[in-house]
Amino acid sequence: MNVQAIKTEPATALATTPAPVVAFSPKRTPALDRYGKMAREVAVRVVPPLIVFTLLMIFWELVCRRAGSTLPPPSKVFQDTKELIYHPFFDNGGTDKGLFWHLYASLVRVAYGYLLAAVAGIALGTLVGQSVWAMRGLDPIFQVLRTIPPLAWLPLALAAFRDGQPSAIFVIFITSIWPIIINTAVGIRNIPQDYRNVAAVVQLNPVEFFTKVMLPAAAPYIFTGLRIGIGLSWLAIIAAEMLIGGVGIGFFIWDAWNSSHISEIILALFYVGIVGFVLDRMIAGLGKLVTHGTSVS
Amino acid sequence: MKPYLKLDHVDKVFTRGNVSSEVLKDVNLALAKGEYVSIIGHSGCGKSTMLNIIAGLTTATMGCVLLEDREVNSPGPDRAVVFQNHSLLPWLTVYQNVQLGVDKVFAKSKSKAERAAWILHNLNLVQMTHAKDKRPSEISGGMKQRVGIARALAMEPKVLLLDEPFGALDALTRAHLQDSVMALHQKLGNTIVMITHDVDEAVLLSDRIVMMTNGPSATIGEVLDVPLARPRKRLELATDPTYLKCRKRVLEFLYERHRFVEAA
Repeated sequence: MNVQAIKTEPATALATTPAPVVAFSPKRTPALDRYGKMAREVAVRVVPPLIVFTLLMIFWELVCRRAGSTLPPPSKVFQDTKELIYHPFFDNGGTDKGLFWHLYASLVRVAYGYLLAAVAGIALGTLVGQSVWAMRGLDPIFQVLRTIPPLAWLPLALAAFRDGQPSAIFVIFITSIWPIIINTAVGIRNIPQDYRNVAAVVQLNPVEFFTKVMLPAAAPYIFTGLRIGIGLSWLAIIAAEMLIGGVGIGFFIWDAWNSSHISEIILALFYVGIVGFVLDRMIAGLGKLVTHGTSVS
Repeated sequence: MKPYLKLDHVDKVFTRGNVSSEVLKDVNLALAKGEYVSIIGHSGCGKSTMLNIIAGLTTATMGCVLLEDREVNSPGPDRAVVFQNHSLLPWLTVYQNVQLGVDKVFAKSKSKAERAAWILHNLNLVQMTHAKDKRPSEISGGMKQRVGIARALAMEPKVLLLDEPFGALDALTRAHLQDSVMALHQKLGNTIVMITHDVDEAVLLSDRIVMMTNGPSATIGEVLDVPLARPRKRLELATDPTYLKCRKRVLEFLYERHRFVEAA
């Protein structure tokens, strides 16, 4: 969806070109028409989810408004969390911080763990994709390790690092690395022999071959892995933070539960969902940007 | 005649597990500098394998390939290949595809500006300068093959290897590109080895036609000289007795061998 929105930008730029240019090409639709068309396209994308969202809210309100309901209706959630929504940046020390700081702390952990996983995953994936022996040796181990749930690693990580922060980062790392490795390996293995022949005739050295042929050729696969990885990272960080404590959106949710602030939990869930969505779109957008033209025609 | 490129008793056996199949047996061929030689044969006769051995992409099981009396057994820009399906890297522009080879081959001998001029010069040779900033997906099949030829030529190869370069093109584009290759050969005097399965193409373009027997254990069945003066004109040749005679010889060879295979 984002990418579509980006693609329409050149059209806007064209619309603002001086009038004489328009005069030379009579077939062009007038600017007004094109604005109308764009507005229609936006409406088509935005209006249906808005309607569904509103209906869901009404349904939720109706269900939870009755006396004795265990969960608060949206109106109460908003009332309870107004302060948190309007003041995301307050900082009273300790873990008493605005939601922005909690999300920020979680995102920093994800950034560290995920970037490490991306670098190590692409490197290992390349090795496994390139060498038959590396694949035979490593692939079965990967296949077993990747089925271990993220949180199962946490106690081991705590034992090893004796600190919450590196343990959380390690959990992110170990969660998101597997899809990156596996997809990269598949991408490398699927590089057409033709490209390898071209590289051989031109006599690219291994480093040039890696950067100029392997990475671009495998990029669509690598980005598939990266996109799955970022989703898993975000899934894992919330759970890990509930256990390690400190500042972080996962801990915020757990803390809210312990203090019976159900409304705050719901607000945090909204934020978690939106941030997860944005992260996914960011990686997808980056992938589109990097791999444009990679599709073989 | 001192041979420029020489295939000396080349055998090729592919082994998979304990099954081995002999693809080429005792292939001997010598090319003079500037000669245009076509290799023709039915599919599966190992002609692509032969080209790959010259290119160094496959190694010969026995025998060797000599280029200017030096053995070559690994790929290199001195034997540039124009691949059947163009093999342009889709994420690079036309210019960058040619640049890939040029930057490696002339890294030391040419300055950056000289290399840029050389890339444009080669794109100009194949009349593709206008599309230099386009990506392969944005140009037609014939254009892609032109860029493939420019990429190979730009490496200043000693031998230019064409692997069924026009096979995937429609008849009109093919004729157009054949004329271009003839003009380039005339102008630059490259030594060219071309794989083809098109009899007219072989006779039109080549100085000599190497006819392969059917595999397994394919070898050179016959070598035909094409004593037609250059530059050759497609239309005039259509009724030329020498042209027709050469064409008939190749057809007879292929026809007889083909029938032989069906009987076997």
